[in-house]
Amino acid sequence: MKNKHQYVCINCPLSCSLELLEEKGEVAEVQGAECKIGKKYAEEEFKNPRRMVTTTVLIEGGELPLLPVRSKSSIPKALVGEAVKALADVVVKAPVKSGDIIYPNIVDTGVDIVASRDLPKASS
Amino acid sequence: MKKVRKPDVAIVGAGPAGLAAALSAKEAGLRDVMLIERDIELGGILPQCIHDGFGSIIFKETLTGPDYAQRYINRVGKTNIDVKLNTLVLDLKPNKTMTAVNSTDGIFDVEPKSVILAMGSRERTRHQILIPGFRPAGVITAGAAQRYINIEGLMPGKEFVILGSGDIGLIMARRVTLEGGHVTGVFEVAGEPGGLTRNVVQCLHDYDIPLHLSHTVTFIHGRKRVQGVNVARVDENMKPLKETEKFIECDTLMLSVGLIPENELSKKAGIELDPVTGGPIVDERMETSVDGIFACGNVVSIYDLVDYVSRSAEAAGVGAFEYVNGKKRSGRAIKVVPGNNVKFTVPQVVRSLERPVSLYFRVEEPRLKVVASVSVNGEEVARKKERKVRPPEMVKIDLKPERLSAAGEEMKEIQLEVAPSEK
Ligand SMILES: Cc1cc2nc3c(=O)[nH]c(=O)nc-3n(C[C@H](O)[C@H](O)[C@H](O)COP(=O)(O)OP(=O)(O)OC[C@H]3O[C@@H](n4cnc5c(N)ncnc54)[C@H](O)[C@@H]3O)c2cc1C
Ligand code: SF4
Repeated sequence: MKNKHQYVCINCPLSCSLELLEEKGEVAEVQGAECKIGKKYAEEEFKNPRRMVTTTVLIEGGELPLLPVRSKSSIPKALVGEAVKALADVVVKAPVKSGDIIYPNIVDTGVDIVASRDLPKASS
Repeated sequence: MKKVRKPDVAIVGAGPAGLAAALSAKEAGLRDVMLIERDIELGGILPQCIHDGFGSIIFKETLTGPDYAQRYINRVGKTNIDVKLNTLVLDLKPNKTMTAVNSTDGIFDVEPKSVILAMGSRERTRHQILIPGFRPAGVITAGAAQRYINIEGLMPGKEFVILGSGDIGLIMARRVTLEGGHVTGVFEVAGEPGGLTRNVVQCLHDYDIPLHLSHTVTFIHGRKRVQGVNVARVDENMKPLKETEKFIECDTLMLSVGLIPENELSKKAGIELDPVTGGPIVDERMETSVDGIFACGNVVSIYDLVDYVSRSAEAAGVGAFEYVNGKKRSGRAIKVVPGNNVKFTVPQVVRSLERPVSLYFRVEEPRLKVVASVSVNGEEVARKKERKVRPPEMVKIDLKPERLSAAGEEMKEIQLEVAPSEK
């Protein structure tokens, strides 16, 4: 007996409707994905749902008061709230380059939080 | 008097559309490219869209808005494109003369050989005006809230009700929740969410935020600050049902009721606009009804994928290069007729199929398992299967020149329709 699980791929706006067929707790097949990312996503939603973290941290001496940051890869969905809380207290100093590590190993997930853009020093 | 600048092309707006258009014009071979932006930095609306999900088509990975913009900004930085920040274009004439203003040069004219319009869009606020009640502080558009929270670091409220389920509203429902605010619910007057499915899933479902379809806000309470709103279910004619009305306490009403192309300049230049998209009518090289004035990105039509915005801009950049180098458009503009279940197409007209043309379109009704098909003079030239089509999700279909040139006929009629796939 195969069980069906329905997901909507959230990795790009195409929002493919995915159908995962499961047999005895194992993934048998994924249908409906327009690309490979979707197949992997359905498998993850089934086993261990993960999400990207995107938020901002305070930056001192920059052209703008906030620096947008993101997780380098996804982290377990249940830890997103905690990750954002941990980042609420972070203050970095300008200048920053896109990709710079802002917070290594966020909430012990092994995933680094990196800058999402360049932010030069304010030209005073 | 200063000498009037006469660049090969002047681009108005430096969001993803303007950036990609400038690069494409430059790479095609235009020497003097001028990029004009009223904001203090490049990137348009993207710097405030800090969530991920941009670039999956062009870069094959999912980037945040600032990341996506950064890639183009870095490329522009390696060229001699003349970037003018803090500069607002005030006027554009049909002969392409434009008037702009900034604090160093004052008011000045530019006489470009070609123009690319890339002014993007603005948020609809119409609904705000129609809701009865007072006009207290605490009524805010989702885009403004996005700017406050993500750029300026200010929380616009604590207890939110969101009217409209457009993408920015959905994204902001999650954002304010993560920032410690509370969203009581998202109320959508239509029977279908206005935003992308992916945003309903990852912004509402993930955070247990209820989405109330066929509901609207009927009254705003509070004189100085919002104290609450009345919400009610609506009938098939979108009329609120009095008996379902109830009060919800909140200090902020966030509106996410869609975007409209920003076309004040286009109107001044006498460009013909499409009443359905709200943007200029363009042909396959993104040229508007005025020779030598091109348009791309959200100023043409609200594209939901930034990747499509960049693609439309690349076509406009090449178009401007051709125009400046004497390749004026030729051939009659043949309207792409929106057939069954097609709301509109961009481009709206096609002059020739010498080059590959991508038609972007929206459907009128959501459908499962359909085939989009394009026919020229009654003969099918392109066909694409879609598992699911929904009005908020734009669809793209590619026309390949080989398919038609073999016939060698003159193009008389193009039609696009979406029909159930037989089986
Ligand atoms: C508030 C808001 C939030 C959005 N959030 C999302 C989102 O979360 N996810 C998503 O996928 N898409 C989002 N979008 C859609 C997004 O706008 C498009 O994908 C993309 O940014 C469109 O690119 P563009 O270059 O056409 O327009 P824009 O990015 O809007 O850029 C237009 C630029 O033109 C400039 N400009 C306008 N008029 C003039 C003038 N007269 N003189 C000089 N400069 C001028 C503006 O300052 C701006 O920088 C959002 C749009 C808005 C309005
Ligand atoms: S499967 Fe691929 S194309 Fe479909 S939504 Fe996911 S990322 Fe996008």
